[in-house]
This record gives sequence, structure tokens and C-alpha cells, in this order.
Amino acid sequence: MTDLSVSMSSNAHLASQPLPEAPAKVTVRNLNFYYGEHHALKNINLTLGANRVTAFIGPSGCGKSTLLRIFNRMYDLYPGQRATGQLMLDQTNVLDPRLDLNLLRARVGMVFQKPTPFPMTIYENIAFGIRLYEKISKSEMDDRVEKALRGGALWNEVKDKLNASGLSLSGGQQQRLCIARTVAVRPEVILFDEPCSALDPISTAKVEELIQELSENYTIAIVTHNMQQAARVSDKTAFMYLGELIEFDDTSKIFTSPSDRRTQDYITGRFG
Amino acid sequence: MAVQSDVIDDAGPYDRAKALSAFKLGDVAFYWITRLSAISVLLILGGIIVSLIVGAFPAMKEYGFSFLWTQRWAPSADPPVLGALGPMYGTLVTSFIAMLIAIPVGLGIAIFLTELCPQWLRRPIGMAIELLAGIPSIIYGMWGFFVLGPFLANTFQPFMIRIFDGVPVLGAIFAGPPSYLSTFNAALILAIMVLPFITSISVDVFKTVPPVLKEAAYGVGCTTWEVVRSVVIPYTRVGIIGGVMLALGRALGETMAVTFIIGNSFRISSSIFAPGTTISAAIASEFAESDGLHQSGLILLGLLLFVLTFFVLAAARLMLMRLDKKAGK
Repeated sequence: MTDLSVSMSSNAHLASQPLPEAPAKVTVRNLNFYYGEHHALKNINLTLGANRVTAFIGPSGCGKSTLLRIFNRMYDLYPGQRATGQLMLDQTNVLDPRLDLNLLRARVGMVFQKPTPFPMTIYENIAFGIRLYEKISKSEMDDRVEKALRGGALWNEVKDKLNASGLSLSGGQQQRLCIARTVAVRPEVILFDEPCSALDPISTAKVEELIQELSENYTIAIVTHNMQQAARVSDKTAFMYLGELIEFDDTSKIFTSPSDRRTQDYITGRFG
Repeated sequence: MAVQSDVIDDAGPYDRAKALSAFKLGDVAFYWITRLSAISVLLILGGIIVSLIVGAFPAMKEYGFSFLWTQRWAPSADPPVLGALGPMYGTLVTSFIAMLIAIPVGLGIAIFLTELCPQWLRRPIGMAIELLAGIPSIIYGMWGFFVLGPFLANTFQPFMIRIFDGVPVLGAIFAGPPSYLSTFNAALILAIMVLPFITSISVDVFKTVPPVLKEAAYGVGCTTWEVVRSVVIPYTRVGIIGGVMLALGRALGETMAVTFIIGNSFRISSSIFAPGTTISAAIASEFAESDGLHQSGLILLGLLLFVLTFFVLAAARLMLMRLDKKAGK
């Protein structure tokens, strides 16, 4: 971790000037989250810029994954978990209890820590999500599947075995299949929850490259434990600690001259 | 660590050897007791198979393979005419109908319990299922005879007979007259009896689905029904089949409840509202008064049932093993 600043200074993305402020896609205001009695997130305020990559870093248990799971209301599956405050996706209040969750999750896709291919063929893994929302012909579906797999940088590896089980792929391929599956539904926001923590370095590089490409069309939020990864892929970085948002700024600023002492300590590896 | 090694040194080498040899003797005895217990299972199983074959041999010699496709069962004729077709047909039909009812209901309960049920309702329903499995079969038989049989004969059976009257095929399956004792009643009781097997095994295998996989499915916008149909059931398919096979094994061999309410008629009828018999019901109702060739014929029936359930259970084991392998155990 000590040579972090050196490896970062060679990064072209960071060396360039910070991107201009993007219009807000997701706005979080005074957000609090509770696991039963446990107060897991305290007064979070931030905005995700449209077509920007926002990274969430911080030690384990700081609430970054929890925050991510509020964006698509995944916490709703479990009793006893609740959120208060405001979370707007464009003009939609995500925390509205009457909100159609299936539609929300079509707009906010999620990629998980472990690859989660469904127990079906590669083709069906992609077509499955599309079919939930659209009735399209077989040939149109073929096009959509190909496009999604190309979008997931997986097409060339699987085009000859679309009818093989999604589980037969390698871990890295499975994760890209999951990204392709998420993209296929045409979401507006994609959430990545430590997408590379189960992958080898080569697969990790591929997924990171993919995230960069996807940010042209999607708003992206990524939780990661790998600080170089945050530095490489994100435009903005949020540092969280013990359920609070400590610092939220341009990635280049967070990693070169953070304004909070705790951020400084964390990125230089003094704790966490 | 230092303290511990001091203690061991104090014990001295001689004492330890003596203590160990005493243990060794106990160990040998223990080894033989457990080994004999294990071997006795093999001996008992082998003994049952051999005595079944020996007992069934006269009937096998007399009727040969025609035993399998003769419908007539006339043990008091001279010479006795015995055929297993009626009981075999009844066994398969009652089990089939029981499965037809129990699989969807059992899976439905399991899905409700694991995916939809509010926390406070989970325990009562789960316990009711466990208790259902604990009710002795004679009680099911009595209840079927005194309560369910009359109820079905007065309400459900006339209703079905009226609806399907004149319809080809279905009309013959649901033909009258209504009867307190019928193949259908027996099948319904069997369905209730095997329900807990299907439900509890399904609940167990549904719990093996990784939460993150379900979250991923919810994450692309699936409803609970879509998650269950496209992710949970395909993922646990083999385990569910294993549970169904175990339930089928139980349904094929169930005796007491079925003997009470099936009517013990060896004639094969196209209507499921007519009385019938199963292999185990036939044996239970006739064995006490049988002798000679008749008795040998009943033993041969028993052997057939043994072979049938053996294959069903072996298939179930095989499938469960494949599930374990898939789960990486």
C-alpha cells in the first residue's frame, strides 16, 4: 500500500483534470438505515452523477454494501431492516413503500460479489431477464442476447456454446455473464458489490475495463475493498467509516489530498 | 505449553503404557460390538430376502410369469387361480394419484414456508407438518373409514360423476356409483400421509439455495413466483425428485390405512371411485387365513412389492447423491 501514490500517478485517468460536474442521477438525503435495533447508516448525504462511476471504500462493516442495497431496495427481502430519509432516482422516491419493486430493479441492476449465474443455459441467463419485461420475437431475442454478451465482453468466448450451462463457465466468465445479464435489461443505474473480489487478476482487469466502458451509458456505483481499483475505475469516491460518510469527493482528490485525517489513514493503510 | 509438558513428564512412561493397554482391550471389544451390530443388519436383510424367495417358490413354480398378468384371484377354487395384476394395478394407481395430489400441495407448502411465510406463522405450520408425519397410519385408516369415506361418497364423488358423465375417457375414470370404500379414497389418504415427506425434504433443499442467487434473480426484477419457478426449483430439482421418490416408496408400501378404505376388490375397474386393492392391502387382509399355495402366492406378492420399493428407493438415493455432488460435498 505504501507505493499507492506512485502507481496512481502513472494512471492516465487520474492525471487528467477531474470531469465536469454531472447532473444528479441518484440523490441521497439524510438517509438512515437500521438492522432491527442496530443503526447501520447515519445521515448519509450524497449524489451519484449521471454516467459517472462512484466508488465506495471503507473498512469491512462500514456500511458501504448496506448503502448499495438500499439503491434497489434489496433489503426489502428481509424482515426487520428499514431505511428512513430520502433517496431519489431522478424523480422517483425509491423509499416509497408503494413503489413497484420489480420496475425499480429493472432500472437499477446489481452485480454481486460472487458470480450468480442462474441454473440455465448461457443464452437463457440473458434472455430470462429480457423476457420479464418485453415480448419479442426469437430473432430479436437472439440479437439482444448477442448485444448483451458483447456488452459484457463475453461474446467471443461463448458464441459457440450458448446452450451450455451458465455454471460451466469459469469464475471470471460467470461474472461477465452476470454483468451482461444486468445490462440486457437496459437499466439506468448499475450497482457493483465487490464485483472482483472472487476473481483472478486477469478477469479483474477485464471487468474493470468493462466498468469503464459501461459508464458511457450507465450510472455506476461500485463497492470495493481494493483501493487501486477504486482509483482506477471511479470518477468520485466516497469513504465510509462506522456507518458514516466521512468524505465524498473527486477520486483524484481523495487519493492525493484527502481533507479528513481518517481518509488519509485508511488509504495509506494505517487501519482497515 | 511449558506447563503442560511438565505435567506429562511427571506421569512417567510405565503408568501410561498400563493405562493404554486397558484402553486397548476396551477398544477391541467396542470394535467387535459395533461390527457385529452392523453385520446383523446385513444378515437380517439377507434372511428376509431368502425366506421371501423360499416362501414364494411354490407359487412361482405353479404360475410362472403368468402370475404377473392374471387378473383372477380365486384362492378357494380347485386348483386355486392366483394373479397379481389387480393388486399391482391398485398399488401403482393409488400411488400415482397420491403423488398427483401430494407433489403440488407439498411443494406449495414448502415454497410458502421458505419464501413467503411471515416469520410468526413459520413455526406453527412447520410443526403441523411434523405432527402430520407422526400420526400412526391406523388412525388415518380409521379417520378415512368413518369420516373421509362417507364425506367423499356424499359430496365429492357424486359431483365429479355428474360433471364428467358422458365425457370420453374421463367419464370412465370418474364413473359411479359413489362408494365409501374406493381406490380414490385410499389414494387421497396416501396423499395426506406422504405430504410431510415431500414438504420437509423440499424445505430442506430450498434452504440450500444461496441467498445471493435469489437476490440476483430479484435484482433483475423477478417476482417471487418467477424466482421460485426459474431459480429455486431448477436449482433444487434433483433434491425434490429425491424427496418425491422417498414419498413414493412410502405410498407403495403403506398397508394399514389403505386396507381400511380401499375395499379389497381384486377386480380391476376403470373407475377410481370403485373399490380396488393394493399388494400390501391384499396381504394384510388375507394372510391370516391362508395356507399352501394361497399363502405362497401372497408371499410372492410381497416379494414383488419388495422389488418395486427397492428400485424406487435406490433411484431416490442415486438422485440425492447426485445433488450432494453438485453441492460439492
